[in-house]
Amino acid sequence: MAKDKKKLKVSAIRQGTVIDHIPANNLFKVINILGLDHIDNQITFGTNLESGKLGSKSIVKISDKFFVDEEINRIALAAPQAKLNIIRDYQVVEKKEVTVPDQFSGIVKCVNPKCITNNDNVKPKFRVISKKEVSLKCHYCEKITDQEHMVFI
Amino acid sequence: MKDKSLISINDYSKDEMLRVLDLAAEFEQNPSRDILSGKVIATLFFEPSTRTRLSFESAVNRLGGKIIGFSDSASSSATKGESLKDTIKTVCNYSDLIVMRHPIEGSARYASEVASVPIINAGDGANQHPTQTLLDLYSIRKTQEKLEDLNLFIVGDLKYGRTVHSLLMAMAHFNATFYFISPKELRIPAEYKMHLDHLNLKYHEYTDFRDIAGEADIIYMTRVQKERFSDPIEYEKTKNAYVLRNAMLQETRSNLKVLHPLPRVNEISTDVDDSEKAYYFTQALNGVYTRQAIISLILGLNN
Repeated sequence: MAKDKKKLKVSAIRQGTVIDHIPANNLFKVINILGLDHIDNQITFGTNLESGKLGSKSIVKISDKFFVDEEINRIALAAPQAKLNIIRDYQVVEKKEVTVPDQFSGIVKCVNPKCITNNDNVKPKFRVISKKEVSLKCHYCEKITDQEHMVFI
Repeated sequence: MKDKSLISINDYSKDEMLRVLDLAAEFEQNPSRDILSGKVIATLFFEPSTRTRLSFESAVNRLGGKIIGFSDSASSSATKGESLKDTIKTVCNYSDLIVMRHPIEGSARYASEVASVPIINAGDGANQHPTQTLLDLYSIRKTQEKLEDLNLFIVGDLKYGRTVHSLLMAMAHFNATFYFISPKELRIPAEYKMHLDHLNLKYHEYTDFRDIAGEADIIYMTRVQKERFSDPIEYEKTKNAYVLRNAMLQETRSNLKVLHPLPRVNEISTDVDDSEKAYYFTQALNGVYTRQAIISLILGLNN
């Protein structure tokens, strides 16, 4: 592997999940979306690392943690190009990409200040109407939140 | 449709809309029937809307049902700080159906998720008002004797007008050709044009309709509100282009009818009222029949 030739910036894990190609400025959003700040697993991360694709990227390595697709796809809004490596005994046994889910709840705020989700204790819920240039339709107020106006909770 | 809440016009398929219209026509023939006797309908108006509330209450009264509720949030426990969820859950214990209007967008959808009885959305902020759309469809079909292939002129505030957006979504089922007439600042949002493009439906955008009114089967007028303009001078310059006067109806089609969701302010000159083409007051009457049909379908009492 090409990586072996260079010194790893974030040390390898024995088993668990590596999430690579996270845009550097969205690292903490990804951590938040996956709830990594509330788990006891060992987590190492690096940020502002050089990346050909993204300019500057982040990487997160979570020991002994494996995600189901539904769970991991929630980060697609913050890190659409993220790549997952599933590690067992220091070897990559599986590679995965994230895909934007068809619908989801939480993660981002509805753009409409008059929406019930911004005025009452109601969790936002969206249907994804476009995945390329992400565009979300609010389940409640039916207004569209586009990529430009997406605010993560 | 039985037991199913009506929150958005998009909740109903084309066939379901037509079922409402067919049943509404039966109620027009015979509006007073006792099919709701023993039923209690709650009308929860968290913001006042006299016209819509009276139309619903008239519909229920003509069917022999009983009504409980409030006509503005000052007389509800919302002023004591009760959450919408708690109000809805409580009123579910007292009623078979809830009709609600609320200023917050999406509130009706949320209410339908916590309620044990069906909800009819009578307006949630600028979002949806589906019974208005169904009465608009009823009025169009009644005056044109069909819904297909009509030239529909929609005039005024096309950006914020919820009746406009819902009417567009509904008439898109019937191969309408849309003529959008509005000031530049209040043009129809791109998402609706994308929807029409997707369905291969024709539409045209104008800033003035004086020269093209001859093509119209239906002119649907809406109010252009001053507060929607960022520049008050722009409002003063454009406001007269969106006022319908009787003289403008001279060269129009004989089947043309003018609709308006009401309340009207000055966008339809009062000299139009006596024209045979003015239909907005009858349109409001149709609201009673349409709401009778919707209520009885949701309660499963249409047989």
